[in-house]
Amino acid sequence: MRNDLAQIHDWIPNGARVLDLACGDGTLLASLAEQKQVFGYGLEIDPHNINACVARGVNVIEQNVDDGLANFADDTFDRVVMSQALQVLKRPDRALEEMMRVSREAIITFPNFAYWRHRLHLGLKGRMPVSKSLPHAWYDTPNIHLSTFADFERLCRDQGLKIIDRAVGNGDHEPHPAATWWPNLFGEVAIFRVCRDNCASLER
Amino acid sequence: MLETFTTMPDSLPPDSVGLVTPQTAHFDIPLALACGRRLEQYSLVYETYGELNADASNAILICHALTGHHHAAGYHTMGDRKPGWWDDYIGPGKPIDTARFFVISLNNIGGCHGSTGPTSINPDTDEQWGPDFPLVTVPDWVESQKRLAERLGITRFAAVVGGSLGGMQALQWTLDHPERVGHVAIVACTPKLSAQNIAFNEVARQAIRSDPEFHDGWYARVDAMPKRGLKLARMVGHITYLSEHSMGTKFGRDLRQDRLNFGYDVDFQVESYLRHQGDTFSTAFDANTYLLMTKALDYFDPAAEAGDDLAAAMKPISCPILVVSFTTDWRFTPSRSRELVNAMIHAGKSVSYANIDSPHGHDAFLLPGERYEAVLGNFLTRAHDQASRESAARCATAQETSHA
Repeated sequence: MRNDLAQIHDWIPNGARVLDLACGDGTLLASLAEQKQVFGYGLEIDPHNINACVARGVNVIEQNVDDGLANFADDTFDRVVMSQALQVLKRPDRALEEMMRVSREAIITFPNFAYWRHRLHLGLKGRMPVSKSLPHAWYDTPNIHLSTFADFERLCRDQGLKIIDRAVGNGDHEPHPAATWWPNLFGEVAIFRVCRDNCASLER
Repeated sequence: MLETFTTMPDSLPPDSVGLVTPQTAHFDIPLALACGRRLEQYSLVYETYGELNADASNAILICHALTGHHHAAGYHTMGDRKPGWWDDYIGPGKPIDTARFFVISLNNIGGCHGSTGPTSINPDTDEQWGPDFPLVTVPDWVESQKRLAERLGITRFAAVVGGSLGGMQALQWTLDHPERVGHVAIVACTPKLSAQNIAFNEVARQAIRSDPEFHDGWYARVDAMPKRGLKLARMVGHITYLSEHSMGTKFGRDLRQDRLNFGYDVDFQVESYLRHQGDTFSTAFDANTYLLMTKALDYFDPAAEAGDDLAAAMKPISCPILVVSFTTDWRFTPSRSRELVNAMIHAGKSVSYANIDSPHGHDAFLLPGERYEAVLGNFLTRAHDQASRESAARCATAQETSHA
């Protein structure tokens, strides 16, 4: 399993109800169902991924996260997950609001644009970074809203969200030992666990 | 099945179920209908494909749509021009894989292809039922299908599958008999007809009922057939089965004779096509059956009994559900399928939904489509695996009991 998915897996309690936005081929939900008796739905728009989810027995709904989550009632889920999709959304801020409406807690992962190799790429070569976590050229990338650990933390603050936990995932490389100390520079993939302001005390 | 295969001439495709013979099951335990009347006795004509396994756990029920019938796959004779109506999906190696499933397809009560319906003889009067045949509903059909299943020794289906009106029956199965359904696939369906849907059905019914040959439904008495009415009904129905795009690419504004006639004969190819469709249908289908089937569509509304709360109506469902819609279907649009899916989500059900990109409108559910075949096939593979696990568990329990 991808390293950020393994971290998400750890953070989800047994028997939780989970919504996985842009759930890919259903790897995470299938594993959560098997190992943690999780019941969940995945949202996906890629036909091959949808077929793969159905083959795994993962509940998958063909739905674009950009269109909102109006079909899910408030507080339907214990956890809502979005791995490596925030940066492709039209309005990540609105998606985050919707996520925090349907669940009191969210787990979000995205490529950290402030990773030192990316900074080096841009700073020294003067070109848009290309790496395993950002594999596309600037002109064909689906990543239209790249951000950093620091940016996301600010968005959470603006939306009144509490950051419960934060971790660093690896993309091309094993996380640098310094990543825990300075994730915005040394973390290649950002992993956040956030909740609504009023529930933070319940969680720790 | 394989044995039959090898002795067969090579002209049938290898992934066909081959030659099939319809069978008839007669029932003389009265069937109480939603309309308040009772059918004292009735027959169901059906076909089966594949082999039923030892513990009868590998059965799939196919529910047919408005003008469908029991002949879903294979051929009746070597001379048949066309196979059954869902042959692209039923056969060895196909999404409804007869190499591992035992597939049942029947003609519903009220139909005109062999099951008891308006063209059958009413034992009380010794003449055709005609318009006196009771209006049957989707739940009535499900009840009759359940009796057929019991007759065949099947207490639980690995899956129930249906498109359009057939999807309504599949859904009804999960509401009325959740313990008897392992998986359900609901294709190109809707939780209830819209005003526009009912309006189209009413135009079709009025076309039939206003035909002078209709004789208030007693046309058989005077050896007549409301062919013109039935033809019109089919023409208007057919328009709703296709998409604007598929009609456009198939016919565009192509003329039949390369010039306008300045008259009311056929100018455009699409007119010719519709007339042909209507003509063919009007001699092959019974008008009273058509009326009855459209009413069954109009009446379907599982939410009605739950105070119009569709999510509450979905509560009994206990199996995984697959809902499939098609992007250009304007008869039962993808948004109607989403309505159903959302109700299932609200009810906390195990549901998956795929909206297949297809140019073919409502008809897409009958036509080959790579993505549609894959998603249905994958879902039914799960159905097979679950049914096998259930079998193994039953077997283990039985062994424990016998050892004890």
